Amino acid sequence: MNSIQKNRLKDQLFKIWGIVCTLIGLVLLIIFIGDIFIDGISRIDWEFITDLPSRKAEKSGIYTALMGSIWILILTTIISFPIGVAAGVYLEEYSKKNRLSALLEINISNLAGVPSIIYGLLGLELFARIMNLGASVLTGSLTLSLLILPIIIVATREAIKSVPNSIRDASFALGASKWQTIWHQILPASGGGILTGVILALSRAVGETAPLIVIGALAYVPFAPSTPMDEFSVLPIQIFNWISRPQHGFIENAAAAIIILLLITFVMNGIAVYFRNRWQKKWK
Amino acid sequence: MKKLVFILSLAFIVGACGDKKSQKENKEETTGKLSGTIKVDGSSTVFPITEAVAEEFRAVQPDVKVTVGVSGTGGGFKKFSRGETNLSNASRPIKEKEIAACKENNINYLELEVAYDGLAVLVNPENDWVDSFTIEELKKIWEPAAQGVIMKWNQIRPEWPNEEIHLFGPGVASGTYDYFTEAIVGKSGSSRGDFTASEDDHVLVQGIAGDKFALGFFGLAYYTENKDKLTLIGVHNGEEVIKPTLETVSNGTYKPLSRPLFVYVNSTSVKSKEVVEFVNFYIDNSGELSKDVGYIPLPSELYVQQKENFKNFVENNQ
Repeated sequence: MNSIQKNRLKDQLFKIWGIVCTLIGLVLLIIFIGDIFIDGISRIDWEFITDLPSRKAEKSGIYTALMGSIWILILTTIISFPIGVAAGVYLEEYSKKNRLSALLEINISNLAGVPSIIYGLLGLELFARIMNLGASVLTGSLTLSLLILPIIIVATREAIKSVPNSIRDASFALGASKWQTIWHQILPASGGGILTGVILALSRAVGETAPLIVIGALAYVPFAPSTPMDEFSVLPIQIFNWISRPQHGFIENAAAAIIILLLITFVMNGIAVYFRNRWQKKWK
Repeated sequence: MKKLVFILSLAFIVGACGDKKSQKENKEETTGKLSGTIKVDGSSTVFPITEAVAEEFRAVQPDVKVTVGVSGTGGGFKKFSRGETNLSNASRPIKEKEIAACKENNINYLELEVAYDGLAVLVNPENDWVDSFTIEELKKIWEPAAQGVIMKWNQIRPEWPNEEIHLFGPGVASGTYDYFTEAIVGKSGSSRGDFTASEDDHVLVQGIAGDKFALGFFGLAYYTENKDKLTLIGVHNGEEVIKPTLETVSNGTYKPLSRPLFVYVNSTSVKSKEVVEFVNFYIDNSGELSKDVGYIPLPSELYVQQKENFKNFVENNQ
């Protein structure tokens, strides 16, 4: 075997290794989803969506948890989207490159790596106790907003960075102010990236359990929230609760609720992909 | 036809039993529909019972909103001592520190026993040598000094096989683990560290079911749901070998691996009618409902006593 053949062989081996690595994650995901579907799909019907939780697995539904999750999702979006995007725009477009901004940057990327339960403790002290909001939907949304803000800020900055400087220069050359440039040129150009980041961050928020348990979100609530000050439960807590029950019926329920939760995140990711593609086309 | 006869006779029996009682209850119910919110938090072990009671209570008082959280026994007492909750679920009695915290905030409370939970000791169905354990043997296996020393079955009884013993138990953060170590080793939270621990009891079931040389323990309800995969081992209580069942746990002969589950009520809450109504409903129904969710009812005279205690507590705190 000469050295060319050896190199080709190495090349082939590395390719196969690469394929195996790519497939590991995918295969595991397929096994997991398949397993969940076998357990849970037969359990999903309209009653499962509209029933209250019950001690009898076959009578239990996810109504209050699902409504809680939807409330959390909407409020978290309203709170985190404007703050996160504004902070990203400021850091990328306005802030001067000095020690302070370097410090801010390091802290924000560090915050993105803080375990979620720590945010739960912060939310419990700050929102639930000091601001006296209790274990309400609002407390939950504020806590989750804190959790995903760093992700949104980083995504916004990356999206803005990818806007070519020629667009900025052209806008300034036409006499536009900085604000006009950002509002009419930069933000539309980076919109796809920003939205993708925001939606991915929100899909993470929908799946969070730990911080919500810490702030005192409930496991049994017989009513859906009707104001932001109401107490609530969310799907991940309901799933966690069912999984720890001895009766097998609850395992099916948990699987069925997982399917619904997966569906929500898949739809959200789908929307993110859609936005990204549409924006990319517009700007090319 | 058979079914019809059965249903009719059942209806007759229920009707006959309920007659006197229902008249009395009707009088009480004329107090009318109540409304308000009742907040319960605490142990996730007790949660299924409280959930079941809250669910049934909705049928009686649909406008009373009962919410139940799962912060754990300790977390629940923290909120209870701040006056943030009306009732607290607990899988162990309140601790000195927690009593002090309640006193600091002027919170008086009443402890109510609502059901029993049995801890089951289990082996694989293929294990044909073990028929019972004594407390001393369990201690010898699980105490901290056993780590790295007691590794084979024949070290426990010489006639048992010369094979490695594989231990399974709940995670060290669980109340079940605390209770088992307290009852067997003598000190809560003290055991050997080299066993397979999982917060998810289904994992323990799988582990023991798939390993001929396994030994483990967890809540009785998980055994009841997996009878075909596991063998339940009786424990010597000093007089005889007892297996945990509805009867032996309820009448206290299955010692020391059965524990009471509690609900705590605070004194300011019993000023509101809906809380009094709910707690009475809890005591009346927790026996039946605890069976539904996998726990064991107290003997009925204990429920009568709890009800009496609660009545006095309410009268003293009006």
